[in-house]
Amino acid sequence: MIRLALKGVRRSFGPVEVLHGVDLELHEGEVHALIGENGAGKSTTMKILSGYLNPTVGEVLVDGKPVTFGASSEAEDAGIIMIHQEFNLASQLTVEQNIFLGREKRKGMFLDHKTMREETLALLKRLHCKARPDAKVRDISVPDRQMVEIAKALSRNARVLIMDEPTAVLTDRETEVLFEQVERLKAEGVAILYTSHKLGEVRRLADRITVLRDGTQVHSATRGMTEDQMATAMVGRDVSDLYPPKLPCGDQVVLEADVTVPGHVKQAKLTLRKGEVLGLAGLVGAGRTELMEGIAGLRDRTGTVRVNGTEIRANDPKAAMAAGLAYLTEDRKECGLLLNFPLRENLTLLALDKFSKGLIDGKAEEAALTKAISEFDIRVPHRKVRAGNLSGGNQQKLLLAKTMLANPKIVVIDEPTRGIDIGTKQQIYQFIQKLAAEGLSVVVISSELPEVIGLCDRVIVMHAGHVAGEVSGTDVNEQTIVRLAMGLEEAA
Amino acid sequence: MKNINLHAIGPVAALVVLILVGVGLNENFLSYANITNVLARSAFIGIIAVGMTFVITAGGLDLSVGSMAAFVAGVMIIAMNYLVPTMGAGMGTVLVGMLVALATGLFGGAVNGLLITRARIEAFIVTLGTMGIYRSLITWLADGGTLSLDSGVREAYRPVYYDGILGITWPIIVFAVVAILGEIAMRHTAFGRHCAAIGSNEQVARYSAVDVIRVKTMTYVLLGILVGVATIMYVPRLGSASASTGVLWELEAIASVIIGGTMLKGGFGRVWGTVVGVLILGLIGNLLNLTDLVSPYLNGAIQGIIIILAVVLQREGKAER
Repeated sequence: MIRLALKGVRRSFGPVEVLHGVDLELHEGEVHALIGENGAGKSTTMKILSGYLNPTVGEVLVDGKPVTFGASSEAEDAGIIMIHQEFNLASQLTVEQNIFLGREKRKGMFLDHKTMREETLALLKRLHCKARPDAKVRDISVPDRQMVEIAKALSRNARVLIMDEPTAVLTDRETEVLFEQVERLKAEGVAILYTSHKLGEVRRLADRITVLRDGTQVHSATRGMTEDQMATAMVGRDVSDLYPPKLPCGDQVVLEADVTVPGHVKQAKLTLRKGEVLGLAGLVGAGRTELMEGIAGLRDRTGTVRVNGTEIRANDPKAAMAAGLAYLTEDRKECGLLLNFPLRENLTLLALDKFSKGLIDGKAEEAALTKAISEFDIRVPHRKVRAGNLSGGNQQKLLLAKTMLANPKIVVIDEPTRGIDIGTKQQIYQFIQKLAAEGLSVVVISSELPEVIGLCDRVIVMHAGHVAGEVSGTDVNEQTIVRLAMGLEEAA
Repeated sequence: MKNINLHAIGPVAALVVLILVGVGLNENFLSYANITNVLARSAFIGIIAVGMTFVITAGGLDLSVGSMAAFVAGVMIIAMNYLVPTMGAGMGTVLVGMLVALATGLFGGAVNGLLITRARIEAFIVTLGTMGIYRSLITWLADGGTLSLDSGVREAYRPVYYDGILGITWPIIVFAVVAILGEIAMRHTAFGRHCAAIGSNEQVARYSAVDVIRVKTMTYVLLGILVGVATIMYVPRLGSASASTGVLWELEAIASVIIGGTMLKGGFGRVWGTVVGVLILGLIGNLLNLTDLVSPYLNGAIQGIIIILAVVLQREGKAER
């Protein structure tokens, strides 16, 4: 039974057509994976499925009948619910208020708090989520927010669930919980559309797979594609050598830190050498980001940080920057880029001093943009485009370009490839090795172990706010790192 | 792209329409005397509105500027009157008075800025508070009545409002200079870029090594200094200050900024738009005085409609993009 389908769907934005004829069927009780590189048209397809956009040409069919949704709420009424990657939760409201937002239970004129609380507790229990119903969403962890989104969808009797990279922010364990839920929803007959850049997940979960490349459907299959086949179909070329070869690094220590970040990290020690790519692994919430933000002056810290032997003042991002230490955030949208600004202003914001002697030199800025676009292979429709309209991969490249413009000597990259397609991933890995080869030092914070193992010669593993251990050489393997990250053993 | 241009020229188009209507209703509308009169009267609000553009662009707000202007005027008059016995009623006293005005404005702006950035209190709350404080202080200084400038000093000071060069009076010249410098600062300096970045997303600015606290504080200090400048031009006009000096100036300044296309929530600002906004509001008041089509008492209502209309038009322009 086909719940929701697209038939010959094309979509244009202005004169540019971004989807060139997509056919897609979501069957009852099946997981349909939609994969493709950033900018391949996945988001547009999902938005059309969930009523945020209408097709320019072609049809959307619900239970076999053509429909035109005026708004996403009409799609929701038809039981089609999308869970956004960036979440659609009111952060000041509680978990319970969010779950029932817009459909509050009433008893006469008043809210029926008792029923809502009972249903919330039941939903959270079903999802193995430990968040309290009366906790404000801004106070709960990212994975818990994901669960709240799913709870919200469940409470709306979802018949079709559209999940946009649900595991991007989850740890392996949380991912397992999510998969159990997906399996259970399947058994209940829900049709699920699932997108992910983690191809292993897709292989494991999907009953059907559709691959998009540049807005065109290049492959459709039921189960049975290997990860290599998927990657090749997405990129259109072979991507077996994902990681460039590791290079040896020198002995010169460029960064020494012994830092406590109140509430997050206790006395973490870290050294970094010239030309090194150091990994920082650990579970989400282990304090990796907080440690590096503390070192970069973006967060309160105590202790000492020395760059090339000179101590760097706490709470002073500018001083860290001046010493050559740059931190590239994991949160592109909230901390990295000004989404409603064009490329040029974003590119030069960090290094604006270089472009301004009293007045800003617009020509020099334009030249820098031209250089960045070619050097970092930022793919843009035109130069005036706003950063928010770029795909995740291109945003990440822009953020890299922006950081490198300040000529840092030490670059901390937090989750360098989160939400990024495999082709761009490869480019970013090569770029990181190139930096190291040029004598820069790089710290890679990553939740993706293959990435840490593929890139780094030495890995510091954090667990619950402290350094659980350091591994190097042949010890850089999945088993050792996981044991440390889980707190199962303390390295000597 | 068409829509962006439409958005950009919207306020200019409104100004042109307003001028055409004015010419149609009264032939004296475009006369030299009338135009200089409107410009001179708009100059005070205009100078303040230029500063307000930076504050709003950086995501802030300042409700205290009207009361602050009254307070600065009061302090300035008291200082000059105090100096008459020792320094005489000449230009020297006036110059010291001007310095006092600038210093008082700078101090007032710094208080607002530091309370907002260092003590992390909402801009609306801080400036609502200081608005009340300054209004109360000027009432107290004037003992409920009027503070009058010494008649000798008034004579020496008079040319600053009434004289000028090439038939253009000083307030208009100062307004023009402030506007041009403001436009350059907004579009072509790191300070202007940083203001827009902070107003757009403070976190991103912080992660981009922008000294957010300093830049935000500076917007309020700049505005305070410009309140001082506006007051310097205003005092010689009447030679007095009272509890009713500068009433509702803050709203006219904010309205001009918004009509000019600066976004109230910050992230985008343009000084030339603010100048157009000031002129629109000034001309409407003038037009109502010149014609008997609508009672001048309805001036406020018409200004209100224009403000709401301007914001509605801006929103539509944005949605189409």
